[in-house]
Amino acid sequence: MAYDVNGTVVEHDEEGYITNLDDWSKELADVIAKAEEIEMTDEHWAVVNFLREYYDEYQIAPAVRVLVKAIKKSMGPEIGNNKYMYELFPYGPAKQACKIAGLPKPTGCV
Amino acid sequence: MSEVVKKFLYVNRKAPYGTIYALESLEVVLIGAAFDQDVSLAFLDDGVFQLTKGQDTKAIGVKNFSPTYRALGDYEVTKLYVEKQSLEERGLSEDDLQELVWEDEDDDWAEKPSIRIIDRKEMAALMADQDVVLSF
Repeated sequence: MAYDVNGTVVEHDEEGYITNLDDWSKELADVIAKAEEIEMTDEHWAVVNFLREYYDEYQIAPAVRVLVKAIKKSMGPEIGNNKYMYELFPYGPAKQACKIAGLPKPTGCV
Repeated sequence: MSEVVKKFLYVNRKAPYGTIYALESLEVVLIGAAFDQDVSLAFLDDGVFQLTKGQDTKAIGVKNFSPTYRALGDYEVTKLYVEKQSLEERGLSEDDLQELVWEDEDDDWAEKPSIRIIDRKEMAALMADQDVVLSF
């Protein structure tokens, strides 16, 4: 299974998480988002970029409540709340945003 | 909260690499943190090496997961007890460990230290005080 980014093939697992984290690009994120039926806005990108920075620093994809709390702290409570995050990523902010960000599935997610 | 909060202690006794125990323990702690229990971590014997700073795993071809300990504060895991004698027996001191902090939301996100060095006697008392002890 693979995504097609302008002719470049990027492998992913059965749930859509990419196999090699180094394969990620902004173009790929758009392709994954499309597969997830998400239209990427600046707010989506803010969350995705935040997740990538979090992973870079801590080597894990955070659980959803940790993500929401951290976003609340860095971007304010208008964005960092459960309701808004689920509006952005209806199938779970951690799960879906991590997939688009090219990170592994969050630890503890089943 | 309506449910009973239990005291959980995760005991880490093994070196970070070479076996899967340290990483598994850390993952269980992160997953278990969702259950809002009173969680503490203990590091003794070779387990104290898990918290050392400047880890470099390139030569052994495994992921360096030591940065993940810095995320524990985000998961509201804020009590990491390190046994003094175990450090000393390995020629280590608190200065050799990562500086781990948690941010207190109720105190304007003030950073507070997570690592507490305790001696063997205090460690025994800490263990005796728990409802659940999980050894790794």
